[in-house]
Amino acid sequence: MAHDHDHNDPPSDTVLRVKALESLLVEKGLVDPETLDTLVDRFENRIGPQNGKAVVAKAWRDPDYKARLLEDGTKAVAELGYSGAGGETIVAVENTDRVHNMVVCTLCSCYPWPVLGLPPVWYKSAPYRARAVREPRKVLEEFGTHIPADVEVRVWDSTAETRYLVIPKPPLGSEGMSEEQLKELISRDSMIGVRLAGAGQPNTGGAS
Amino acid sequence: MNGVHDMGGMHGMGPIDVNEDEREVFHAEWEKRVFAVNNAVGPLKIRNIDESRHARERMDPRKYMTSSYYQIWLDALERILAEKGLFSIDELKGNVPAQPVSIPHGPKLTPEKVDEFLARGGYFYRDEGKPASFTVGDQVRAKNIHPPGHTRLPRYARGKQGEIIADYGIQVFADASAHGREAHQHLYCVRFSSIELWGEDGTAGDYIHLDLWDDHLEALS
Repeated sequence: MAHDHDHNDPPSDTVLRVKALESLLVEKGLVDPETLDTLVDRFENRIGPQNGKAVVAKAWRDPDYKARLLEDGTKAVAELGYSGAGGETIVAVENTDRVHNMVVCTLCSCYPWPVLGLPPVWYKSAPYRARAVREPRKVLEEFGTHIPADVEVRVWDSTAETRYLVIPKPPLGSEGMSEEQLKELISRDSMIGVRLAGAGQPNTGGAS
Repeated sequence: MNGVHDMGGMHGMGPIDVNEDEREVFHAEWEKRVFAVNNAVGPLKIRNIDESRHARERMDPRKYMTSSYYQIWLDALERILAEKGLFSIDELKGNVPAQPVSIPHGPKLTPEKVDEFLARGGYFYRDEGKPASFTVGDQVRAKNIHPPGHTRLPRYARGKQGEIIADYGIQVFADASAHGREAHQHLYCVRFSSIELWGEDGTAGDYIHLDLWDDHLEALS
């Protein structure tokens, strides 16, 4: 995992290049630094996996909503106020006893921003992009996710502007729970399809 | 282009670093700035998303493989914005003072407009374009093409047979749009069996789905 350098370190080449680019665009009147702060704030605080958790929890509780979500994901997530950049078209795919879905972008880093925010580093990394389509079951095992041989694995490679959202399978025993309780069981990784809901995820504080 | 970005199926990349806190969105201050600049220049309408992706693919492959994703974005931003004439490399390097912008561009994104900008996003559907060559249920083959420019047909699917399971309507064709051309056409979701793609190294009963455009596909004869 990358960490910020100590503040006494000389700035890296990358940091200097970023500063040069931002400063030039600001000086030329093309970019407002406050706009940059606002954009960062939105993805740190407002657009993230909490949105997808609300969608999935509602779908688990409300069969009509789940039907709408599977019929037209874009419209159904917009009902909860999520839409736009990086996820103009959302297609929801459902994990069941017979099917397990997982999502990748082998060519770049396409990911459903409005519902999941920005992708984790591993999603954009060479190992995941190279292997998810060729050996998805081995990739899943690396995340601690075992999919039985009689369950069909469906991989979705995001090669256009369509963005895929996995509706994980509700864990056993979650039937009577409220949407708030259900959200605790849903992780970002479960909505990419690499972990099961209720299986937890590093440092989310979710159930394990 | 047959670049290193087209990673599907490659060997030797090692294990996946599966531990990442979902609350940690950025991992350095500079990543935030790159991400935000990349979005903030959107409304200037200097480059489209496909030109943007192609600029990333054109990074020196040796550097691409050893860069983090936001470093790839930074490299591509410098390249595409300079190519489009928004600034020169000399300006960027500070060799010459910043010059007035000489090309037409859209409005600067203001903080008040950020939410509207993000909620609206881009629009990739078109009312008119090439008539659909295929319908849902058709067996098709992904063409064996190797264009030197941008394509969203990955190498691992070329020449392979699949089935159309959805027609997503007429959309901007990324392969053309990345080179300033318009060739609006149907986008389909195509299902390939793992065995078709990977032979005996695949898994019977598993499927890989790709979104491919009309021009990527041919009918099975």
